[in-house]
Amino acid sequence: MTTEPVKDLATDYDIFDPEYIKNPYPAWDELREKCPIPHTDRWGGSWMPTKYEDLFALAQDIEHFSSESVLVVPIEPPEGYEELEGSAQFQEVGAPPISADPPLHTWTRRLLLPPFSVKSVQKWEPLTREHCRSLVDGFIDKGRCDGAADYAQQIPGYVIANMLGIPSDQSDTFTQWVREFLEYGLQNFEMAAEARNKILTFLWQQITEKKEKPGDDLITYLVQAEVDGEPVPDQHVLGTCFLILVAGIDTTWSSIGSAIWHLAQHPEDCQRLINEPELLNTAVEELLRAYAPVTMARVVKEDIEYGGCPMKAGDKVLMSFPAANRDPEKFENPDEVIIDRENNPHIAFGAGIHRCAGSNLARMEMRVAIQEWLARIPDFKLVDPESVTWAGGQVRGPRSMPVVFG
Amino acid sequence: MRIKVDSEKCQGHNRCFVLAAELFELDEYGYATATDEGKVSPDLEDQARLAIENCPERAIEIVSEDD
Repeated sequence: MTTEPVKDLATDYDIFDPEYIKNPYPAWDELREKCPIPHTDRWGGSWMPTKYEDLFALAQDIEHFSSESVLVVPIEPPEGYEELEGSAQFQEVGAPPISADPPLHTWTRRLLLPPFSVKSVQKWEPLTREHCRSLVDGFIDKGRCDGAADYAQQIPGYVIANMLGIPSDQSDTFTQWVREFLEYGLQNFEMAAEARNKILTFLWQQITEKKEKPGDDLITYLVQAEVDGEPVPDQHVLGTCFLILVAGIDTTWSSIGSAIWHLAQHPEDCQRLINEPELLNTAVEELLRAYAPVTMARVVKEDIEYGGCPMKAGDKVLMSFPAANRDPEKFENPDEVIIDRENNPHIAFGAGIHRCAGSNLARMEMRVAIQEWLARIPDFKLVDPESVTWAGGQVRGPRSMPVVFG
Repeated sequence: MRIKVDSEKCQGHNRCFVLAAELFELDEYGYATATDEGKVSPDLEDQARLAIENCPERAIEIVSEDD
């Protein structure tokens, strides 16, 4: 692992460079012009397409690009991994369908889609709304809050815990675990391995309990589901629960946070959304486009030349959907947030067979979070734009963002 | 106008349904098909075009302009 300054983006980009995390857009612009599929040896090595058409094509090409390892850094088991509690028990647990190729992908995804459909997700809207209101109640009288830590971060963990049927008063703990795995863990494999074991140990205990005492929740649904007349193997139930928890927290929290960050600096957009609430769905899509949080990875299956790049079997390709969404060849004025943008086929949720299964849930949470915030806090701004801290790598979004109201 | 959703390409993003609920229906997995055999009344043509433009999978096509 190197911490040397980046010499040349085309051959040496660094996804964990603090400047890049804070403002990645100039780097993508430069790369699209100069070398649209750069390579780096940092962080285990990877390719990083930056053009919409390349990302779209690669996302569709499951023949040559596998999802067996979707983290942007290849996490290796740390020293002494075998001795860690849970390691032996959970070694083989994946995160299907996100970590699977067909045919495993096909049935594990079919299992997951119905509870995340537009209609199913509607059921969770009142709970989400009520929760957002109570969060605002908690800080409105102070005249300020941390828009990331006190609001955005508090929403997805609570909603997903309720959906899974696990205690939502522990949602701070879940959020912490997910950060240890996905945010800090990619630069600290020991922390990632421990967090993974903690999450799996907890979920396995919950699954065991639901088998004894079924509830009206997602874990029970997975436990009771049958595929071709057979129950779903425990390992897949556990892996899918792991996926739901890990993928449902950091990502949506980052989207909500970036939306608040944008609105804090654009009072004209706040005013417009208050006056024209029918624009909200379109605005959510535009905020998703402009501030897409998630980069997934693919693994090259066999040596292949793509876009003039000699990709070798086992190489990682970073699916920088956020860069695709800023490609001027696809979007007019891509760096401008136009909340009523009509032509917006963004790929914030990816494309192809791995399209984010939780996209309807994420959209609902974003819409409700923005609505409830603006209803009570129509006028607000960043305390100091320079002091906002960002996380990046797999998931990009603000982590600390003090704002003042009125 | 008559439109069609290519079921091979649709991945259930549901953008079409949100933009033009009258023109698309979703199955329980979120995959879309065009309602009324794809017939689009003249007053909904703009919405149909919006759905086509916004589909990230390019799964919706115009079968005929003057059906």
